[in-house]
Parts: sequence; C-alpha cells; structure tokens
Amino acid sequence: MPPSTPPPPAVPFLASRPSRFTRGFLLLFGLTTAASWWAARVDLSTLFSREALRNALFFAAEGFPPALSPEFLLFLVRPALETVQISLLGTVVALLTGLPLGVLATASLAHAGPLHELDLSGRPVRRLLRFLPYGLSRALLSLFRSVPELVWALVFVRATGLGPFPGVLAIGVAYGGILGKVYSEILEAVDVRPLEALQATGASRWGVFWYGMVPQAFPHLVSYTLYRWECAIRASAILGFVGAGGIGQQIEISMRMFNFGEVVTLVGILVLMVAGTDALSLRLRRRVL
Amino acid sequence: MAWEAPAARAVPAPPRAALTTWLGWAGLAAALVWSYRGTAADVGAVLGPEGLAQMAVYVRRLFPPDLSRALLREVATSAAETFAISFLGTLLAVLIALGLVFFASANLAFAGLLFEMERPAVRAARLLIYGGARGLLNLLRTVPELVWAILFVFMVGLGPFPGVLALGVHTAGVLGKLFAEVLENVDPRPIEALQGTGAGRLQVLAYGILPQALPHFLSYTLYRWEVNIRVAAIMGFVGAGGLGQRIHIAISLFLEHQLLTLVLAIYVLVTIVDALSAFLRRRLL
Repeated sequence: MPPSTPPPPAVPFLASRPSRFTRGFLLLFGLTTAASWWAARVDLSTLFSREALRNALFFAAEGFPPALSPEFLLFLVRPALETVQISLLGTVVALLTGLPLGVLATASLAHAGPLHELDLSGRPVRRLLRFLPYGLSRALLSLFRSVPELVWALVFVRATGLGPFPGVLAIGVAYGGILGKVYSEILEAVDVRPLEALQATGASRWGVFWYGMVPQAFPHLVSYTLYRWECAIRASAILGFVGAGGIGQQIEISMRMFNFGEVVTLVGILVLMVAGTDALSLRLRRRVL
Repeated sequence: MAWEAPAARAVPAPPRAALTTWLGWAGLAAALVWSYRGTAADVGAVLGPEGLAQMAVYVRRLFPPDLSRALLREVATSAAETFAISFLGTLLAVLIALGLVFFASANLAFAGLLFEMERPAVRAARLLIYGGARGLLNLLRTVPELVWAILFVFMVGLGPFPGVLALGVHTAGVLGKLFAEVLENVDPRPIEALQGTGAGRLQVLAYGILPQALPHFLSYTLYRWEVNIRVAAIMGFVGAGGLGQRIHIAISLFLEHQLLTLVLAIYVLVTIVDALSAFLRRRLL
C-alpha cells in the first residue's frame, strides 16, 4: 500500500486575504476595462458576423496568389530602397538631434551629483544657470517624442511637399526625442568613480565627460542607436501612408484600390526587409558590445 | 635592502582597427551619401534662413491653442477613445500572447529538461506545433499596426473597435516573442528540483517557471502599453478611432489652433500613461 501523502501546505499568497492595494488595483482594473469597453465601442457581434467573415474571405481570395509579375516587382525596387534610405538618413538626423540634447539633459553633467558639489554649494544663481539648459532640453526632447512620427510626417509633408524627405525629418525629430532621452539615461548610469577620480586630477567638466563618461557609455550608445535603426525601417514603411515616400505609400495605394494581391506582396517585402535589418543590426551590436 | 621597483609591465599596443572596421565605416559613409541623394534631402531648405523663417511662421500660427468648449468636449471624447484603444489593445495582446507563448518557447514545447524522456515521434509532433506558433507570432509582429488597422476597418467597419483589434494582434506578436524569451531563460534548477519530487509538467510550470517569469511578463506589458498609447493616437489616420482622425483633419485643413490643442492632448495622455505605468511598475514589481 502506498504511504498516505500529507496534505499540501497552504500556499500563503492564495490563502491570505489580498492586501488593500491589491483589492484597490483589481477594482480599478475592472472599472477601467469596463469603461474602455464602452468607450471603444467594442462589438464582438460585428467581428464574428457573417459580413466580417465574408470580408475576410474576400481579402484572402483576392490576396492569394500575391501579385508577383516581373513588372510589379521591378517597379517596387525603388520604393523599397527609398524606405531603407529614409530609415538610414532619419536615424542620422535623430542622432544629430538627440546627442547634443541628450548630453545637455544628463543631470550628472548639468547640475547634480558629485561633479557639482563643491562648485555649486551656496551659489543659487549658478545652480539655476546650470539647471536652465538641462530643463529646456528635457522639455524639448519630451515634446519631440510624445508627438507620434506620423503626425510629424504629416506636418513636414505640409511644409516641404510630398516625397521621402519629410519622412527623413519626421523620423529624425521623433526618434531624436527618444534617442536623446535614452542617451541621457545611459550617461547617467555610468560608474561615477572614474569621474570623481578625473575631477580630483583637476579635469574640467568637458574632460570628465570625454575621458570618464564616453568610454563607459559608448558601446551602449551605439547599440541603442542600432536598435532604433531597426525600428526606423518599420516606421519609415508606415510614413508613406501620409505621403512621405517609401513602400508605405504603395501599400496605401494598393489598399485603397482593394488590390489585395499587391498588398500581400508589399507586406511580404516589408517583412523581408525588417528581418534583414534585424539580422544585420544584431551582428553589428554583437561586435560593439 | 633597497626597495626595488617592479619591472614595468609591457603595455599592450592599442589594437589597430581591423580592415573590416574601416570598410564598415566607408560602407556607412557611402550608404549615407546614397540616402541623401535618394531622399532628395535638402538641409538648406530646413536650416537655411528661409526654412527657419517658415518654421517660425508655422509655429506662431499654432498659437493660441483653440480652447473653445465645443472643441474641448470633442477632444476629451477622442482622448478617452484613444486611451481605451491602448488599454484594451494591450489587454487583448496579453491574452493572445499567453495563449500562444507556451507553445512558442522551446523549453516548454519540445526541448530541454521536461522532454528528455519523451518518445521521438511525440517530440517531432511538438516541434511542429512550436514552429507553427513561432511562425504565427512572427507574422503578427512583422505586419505593422496600421496595416492591421486597415484590414480590420475593412472587416468590421470604422471606429475605435478595429483599432483595438489591430493593436491587440500586432502587440500580441511582440509580447509573444518577448514572453517566449523570458520563458526560455528561466533558471532551470527549480525545474529540476520539482521534477525530482515527481511533479508533473503542469506543476513544474505553475510552481517552477511561472513564478520566475510573471514579473518579467508584467514589466514588458507595461512597457508595451507606453508604446501603444502613442500608436493608438494615430489609429484614426486610417479610420480606426481616437485622436488621430481629428489630427489628420486639422493638419489637412490648416486648422493650426485645433492642431495645437490636439497635440497637447496627446502630450497629456502620454504623460499620464507613462506615470501610471511607472507607478504600477514600482508597486507591482
């Protein structure tokens, strides 16, 4: 006869009453879900209706086989290359925007921490003067990145006309905001001991930055920039939806004409391009890190 | 005895950049020139005196923001829609991702400790399921949100609901991939210990794997929510609800004062969600 097994011990986190925070969280979570359900006008009956099914089947029937005629594929070479060009140049513009603002927005360089203890104690005016560019560049970066790149693209299409260039600017500004914020976070996260050591030798703030921070942060800065380039490929493909060039413009046109065979081909090309950049960027990142 | 200086260690010569590195930089430079020409980029048009003046004019035209009561009411409705799209879309994504991820992580599907004793035929069948789940996640992830949105608008009509579906489906692909990576990187020792006590696979999952993985799942979900509030704000560009539709109209019809109000609304919304997410991260993790 098998030995009788002892009863399992009560598992504490299930047995005890949930804490006040947990109960409040669950209540709010439920309420938010219900309110969102109502605000987003969720209607599952439309999703599982006969009409939705018919539309989906229509799309599938039209989409397969995808459009693979040589003329169409040859015609797509240019928009596809344009998407790559937009992402590359957009990332460079983002780098040129984000790096100076990100350096200015680094608290440990601008106004706080061990580098400024002696300098700023009992000097409120000087403290304010150093805080000002810091605060300004933070606000600017935050503005750049909270406006979505598609909105930037639409604004720049208005300003400079249709074509890939507004796409470059849109990615440059929106990603500049993101890069600047992350750069400042990377720079703030470096080990402070080398910085203090440099300061003790009499190095200026510029010297501390150049010889203390940059060597520690460089691989991370490069790696994150490469990651953003991957994202930029995806984003630049979308920017065409508002007339900012690249393969997205073609997807928009084919969608509007209900030419789903072309849409499937275009999305397939986009998927290949994204996979290609992911692989390339991964290899480059392995080399720097 | 006189102190003797230790022999100076040979300092290795700084590594010379390899030829491939130089070729890489040259390639990058060439690619940038090619891109500059290909995109008809014109720095002068933007940063030249004329471009700067035009920009200043545009910025001045944005002010003051339109704060009329009628517009504010409409903006509030659209902002609520955008919030709802991001919230429900992320929730839907988590549900889909959780449904797929246990088939899409190698150590739970077919490989490693749990399946050492399994018959080859069963493992082959499981490998097939794994491949299918991975492929599905890749498809969901690589098709951009806006393309999904157009498809769902085509299926269920205009409004925020197709926005929820599009965001949910795309984010499910992203979260599924991240979740699978978390599951594949859990510490195997608790799994072995549980197996040693005779626990079944489900028990190993519940007591050995999930306790390690859930905090990471939660953290990734919050991160995607922060991304999704920004995406939800542009869903309206293709008719999928929220602030995007109004923004599209405001820019196209040169309603600059309204545009500023809408951009401020996005800013407020994004800031609220970022703060909420940071708060939850602190409390829950």
